[in-house]
Amino acid sequence: MATTRLTALAVLAVSMVGAWAGPASAQWTGNMVKIGVLSDMSSLYADITGPGSVLAARMAVEDFGGKLGVPVAIVSADHQNKPDVGSNIVRQWIDRDGVDVIVDVPTSSVALAVNEIVREKNKVFLVSGAATSDLTGPKCSPNTVHWTYDTWALAHGTGSAVVKAGGDTWFFLTADYAFGHALERDTSEVVKASGGKVLGAVRHPLNTSDFSSFLLQAQASKAKIIGLANAGGDTINSIKQAAEFGVVKGGQKLAGLLVFITDVHSLGLRTAQGLLLTESFYWDLNDQTRAWSKRFAAKHDGKMPSMVQAGVYAAVTHYLKALAQTKSDEDGKAIVDKMKALPTDDPLFGKGTIRVDGRKIHPTYLFEVKSPDQTKGSWDYYKLVHAIPAAEAFRPLDQGGCPLVKK
Amino acid sequence: MFRIPPQALFGQLLLGLINGAFYALLSLGLAVIFGLLNIVNFAHGAFYMMGAFVAWFLLQYAGLGYWWALLIAPMAVGILGLVLERTLLRRLQGLDHLYGLLLTFGLALVVQGLFQNQYGSSGQPYDIPPALAGGRNLGFMFLPNYRAWVVLFSLAVCLGTWFVIERTKLGAYLRAATENATLVRAFGVDVPRLITLTYGFGVALAGLAGVLAAPIFQVSPLMGANLIIVVFAVVVVGGMGSILGAIVTGFLLGLVEGFTKVFYPEASNTVIFVIMAVVLVVRPAGLFGRAA
Repeated sequence: MATTRLTALAVLAVSMVGAWAGPASAQWTGNMVKIGVLSDMSSLYADITGPGSVLAARMAVEDFGGKLGVPVAIVSADHQNKPDVGSNIVRQWIDRDGVDVIVDVPTSSVALAVNEIVREKNKVFLVSGAATSDLTGPKCSPNTVHWTYDTWALAHGTGSAVVKAGGDTWFFLTADYAFGHALERDTSEVVKASGGKVLGAVRHPLNTSDFSSFLLQAQASKAKIIGLANAGGDTINSIKQAAEFGVVKGGQKLAGLLVFITDVHSLGLRTAQGLLLTESFYWDLNDQTRAWSKRFAAKHDGKMPSMVQAGVYAAVTHYLKALAQTKSDEDGKAIVDKMKALPTDDPLFGKGTIRVDGRKIHPTYLFEVKSPDQTKGSWDYYKLVHAIPAAEAFRPLDQGGCPLVKK
Repeated sequence: MFRIPPQALFGQLLLGLINGAFYALLSLGLAVIFGLLNIVNFAHGAFYMMGAFVAWFLLQYAGLGYWWALLIAPMAVGILGLVLERTLLRRLQGLDHLYGLLLTFGLALVVQGLFQNQYGSSGQPYDIPPALAGGRNLGFMFLPNYRAWVVLFSLAVCLGTWFVIERTKLGAYLRAATENATLVRAFGVDVPRLITLTYGFGVALAGLAGVLAAPIFQVSPLMGANLIIVVFAVVVVGGMGSILGAIVTGFLLGLVEGFTKVFYPEASNTVIFVIMAVVLVVRPAGLFGRAA
């Protein structure tokens, strides 16, 4: 709990073989590329991100092979969902340990803090776990790429589908920190824009175990839809206890605004069935995602990857591709510029681009959780409702308020 | 802030009572262990978590449902406690409280880490037993039958424990043994065994609370860590080692927390600690504690 676990996973994926083949102009700090995976290793988001994200980064490095001509090492640490802890680790990593790129960082409040440090130190920040759309909005940075998803995409994927289906009055159960606030804000906008009404919201502390009191307030609001602007263990307990208190039987519906496949796995289909959710990755999308996910699961106790873990793999892969061209890991901004210039192409998210505000663009998918008699076996949880094309999946460039976007 | 209708308030009151039942059951075990053995048992949360996991194991691997778990899990956890007391805690007798605290805290971290490594952090589902599924509409709120059962059952266990310790001969031996072990031993009472059994019993209470919690929360390696700090605050407010204090304060703070969730939900995680700080300033021995 109180201990900072600084697991130094010195994965030397690429041996020194080939170092001599590198061009003489290449400049590598510390004669190696060092990737720091900063994540929640021990608390409510650990199954979504955590050790699985470290594994995904390691797989990306292994699959990329020795093309850089220098070794690529991975270190990882637990930020315990605390911005101060996360900031300290990142400063230490960059100042003392020569880490070149910070990866993942779930928990928006921590990610926003890391965002500033990485900009100040001119390194690279590849966000997969954090959700707040502010990272490519007012807080956007020339050193940051936001890969997998954000609160705007979730709000528009799930929120607008729910309103269209008749759910026009909402009450929010919101995790009381940057992420929950952003998700509530973005979803409220969608609801109002689609002609719906927001009747109220209750803010619960992060990592709450008992939601009955909040659910009671949501019931009393008589809203048709109870929007869960929380994640991980908080979402799981909300859904489980909503079933206990007869929320759904009473005619109200739950909208899980950020539900991951690991949450569905943990809840079981009987409780989770019928939930609508938006994700940008699902292991069973196509042959390529299936092949990669099975490889991942084989190394991860049979657990399929979450979209965050898939995002870590894809983001690290693209970062290494950019490094192969810049031939240097020194200037973080230059590397991110190169990442934006290069079109992205990976087996998990397909072809895509990175916008000037740092937003990675790819399609997202609206899924419905299957019922127990629809599933074909373990981890067969989603049926596709519809795909949201890349052009519509994320916030239009001119609406985010990012200072990098020239008007 | 004051536009909450009285019906909603009743609902929150009842919910506070339900959470208070968990606090009471857990802090009772802590109070018994501290009051009689002088051990600050930081492993209590881990035992609570293990109680829930034993229930899950029984269902998963032996096909034994909730009612069996209610019987078997506390015994299994209690036996684990006996072993722990015999092998480790006994060696710390007579030393400063801090050693017991460090040992049990370390053990809790190890146990939690092992479970997390094996079962992840999002937990395992455990269903409400069919006999207690559903609920009734009380007019002002929908009360799930299972929660009503939790309140009644834990209240019965709490009162039973209080009765045994404060009103029976066995309880008198126990209390005497903590006051003056040598003297009690001179009367022919096997004091070490008494202490081992007491620790086992206190820990079994935590296991029992774990089984009760399994259908409400996910059975997760983190469930104990989330609760233990609150429960310690309850024990401190009630007065370290005061059994009645632990029970009453458990329910009381559950209620206070319930109210906070209505009026200012953001503070619901902190309100108990604010109360703890105030009580420590005004009455350092706790509400029901005797000044040393």
